[in-house]
Amino acid sequence: MPKTERRTFLLDFEKPLCELEKRIEQIRELAQENEVDVSEQIVQLEARAEQLRKEIFSTLTPAQRLQLARHPRRPSTLDYIQAITDEWLELHGDRGGFDDPALVGGVARLNGRPVVMLGHQKGRDTKDNIARNFGMAFPAGYRKAIRLMEHANKFSMPILTFIDTPGAWSGVEAEKLGQSEAIAYNLRQMFSFEVPIISTVIGEGGSGGAIGIGVADRLLMFEHSVYTVASPEACAAILWKDAKKADRAAEALKITSWDLKKLGIIDEILTEPTSGAHAAPLEAAATLKQALWEHIEQLSEISPQKRKDLRYQKFRQIGVFQDSSA
Amino acid sequence: MSLFDWFDNIRKAEPPMQKQQEREIADGLWNKCPACGVVVYTKDLKANQLVCTECNHHNRVDSDERINQLIDADTWQPLSEELNPVDPLGFRDRKAYSDRLQEYQKKTQLSDAAKIGTGLIDGLPIALGVMDFRFMGGSMGSVVGEKLCRIIEHATEKRFPVVIVCASGGARMQEGMFSLMQMAKISGALERHRQEKLLYIPVLTNPTMGGVSASFAMLGDIILAEPKAIIGFAGRRVIEQTIREKLPEGFQTSEYLLKHGFVDAIVPRTQLKKTLAQLISFHQPFFPILSHVDNNGEHSSVMHL
Ligand SMILES: [Zn+2]
Repeated sequence: MPKTERRTFLLDFEKPLCELEKRIEQIRELAQENEVDVSEQIVQLEARAEQLRKEIFSTLTPAQRLQLARHPRRPSTLDYIQAITDEWLELHGDRGGFDDPALVGGVARLNGRPVVMLGHQKGRDTKDNIARNFGMAFPAGYRKAIRLMEHANKFSMPILTFIDTPGAWSGVEAEKLGQSEAIAYNLRQMFSFEVPIISTVIGEGGSGGAIGIGVADRLLMFEHSVYTVASPEACAAILWKDAKKADRAAEALKITSWDLKKLGIIDEILTEPTSGAHAAPLEAAATLKQALWEHIEQLSEISPQKRKDLRYQKFRQIGVFQDSSA
Repeated sequence: MSLFDWFDNIRKAEPPMQKQQEREIADGLWNKCPACGVVVYTKDLKANQLVCTECNHHNRVDSDERINQLIDADTWQPLSEELNPVDPLGFRDRKAYSDRLQEYQKKTQLSDAAKIGTGLIDGLPIALGVMDFRFMGGSMGSVVGEKLCRIIEHATEKRFPVVIVCASGGARMQEGMFSLMQMAKISGALERHRQEKLLYIPVLTNPTMGGVSASFAMLGDIILAEPKAIIGFAGRRVIEQTIREKLPEGFQTSEYLLKHGFVDAIVPRTQLKKTLAQLISFHQPFFPILSHVDNNGEHSSVMHL
């Protein structure tokens, strides 16, 4: 869990860039004080900074991408919803006695078209994160999600889900209320819906908690997001018997958008602003909006039954094995 | 020979009673119950379907034995036995996944952690999937996912009920996202089976965890569990670490799930075949005109075969 507060948001690999930017600023100030013209040097230095930024962000290790995916300033589900919709109304509750703040959803209008949007919601700061349980939903969250999806299906609204969770909550209460059943039910029901479903991994796609709202006609992923069968920390603890080997697990598990595109797990990578979505959230939101709209339009041309069949085929063919009878 | 060597030899020559018993257990003649510690004759244990005759402890059953226990003699027809796992990610932890696969295949004589096929259960046809915990803890990767999908699809086509005996620690991490996606894939196959109004009964045995629990294990029309099986989403250690407190008594057992409404019934293994057959016969098509012709209920099975 990111423990960082506002002041220490800088990730390790962002530091050299930050240093350089600070130095440029210092030179600019000094020059101004002494009335010296350094504009040429500044232009050069800024070009250097831009190059460095590109270098850093194009060569990140999977572990560094994981840090970016968990960046506390990374735009959240509600940030994106607010940025891309014409209007939006949050709806609450699982109709079983709970309303989970870690999974939010509601009705919205995207380019004029009514849709249902929902997703995991992480907090902005420690206090908010505690209220949101760090985006780790209870069974009630998954039940609210499926209730909203059933609503969408009834009223022919496309379903747009946003994945951003370290995983479904693992606790006594969650087990007692049927975390497994809640996720399983969603997996099956999402195959039954006749409306288009598009899921986007906006940050962290953690295990069953992620796929519990992730059965879709299109699976998109922001460039620096990750999607994984188990958190690298948990995987390292189990397979390496050493949680400190998380970096190696992150590498081995193939969790980055590029890896998953290559493996045929996801359909499309959404390019992020050079320094990551958190550096220019509105730019990232515009990319998301455009991609969602294109896919909604494409999917709308397919008949509901055909869409359902294609959705099944999409998942049906995922898996690698050897069939020696063939 | 030193005094110590001599003493050692004496000891080797005359194993105490305890040692001898352990050796016979290892030879498979006797079996010590891990629950009550009572040593019983292996033959008796097998005759009782590996349920301890003293304390009712349900020992783990491998897939072949399970098929024998459930399916009528000479009616089992295995499917897709030729599927073999591969290493899609080039995964290596402390050992290469490909080496691990070979080791388990050699040790267990299984290709992967599930067997599928069709057969009769008290004369009624079923499609059966059985997970095998011996193969990498019954973990679900591409082969398990593919096999279970195939048996469900086969059942949908033939209009058979599906029974899946679950025994798994969860998703197979070594296959990364391919494993996670099997949860969706199998759930999708079950949705199609369900659309045809066909019956699906998962049987939860010890353990049924993680990705298996959070997909097909919880999607039954009727969900059965063996006594005292551990069933849950997250492992106990993970939960203990997150909440930093002791877990409640009986947490994540079949009995706990029954109490909280997530399984329909706990069925002792010795009653499992009978119960499954009974449940399946309840869901056979009912023809009111014929029902008085034959009151022992056999007409439905005859018509279906
Ligand atoms: Zn016993």
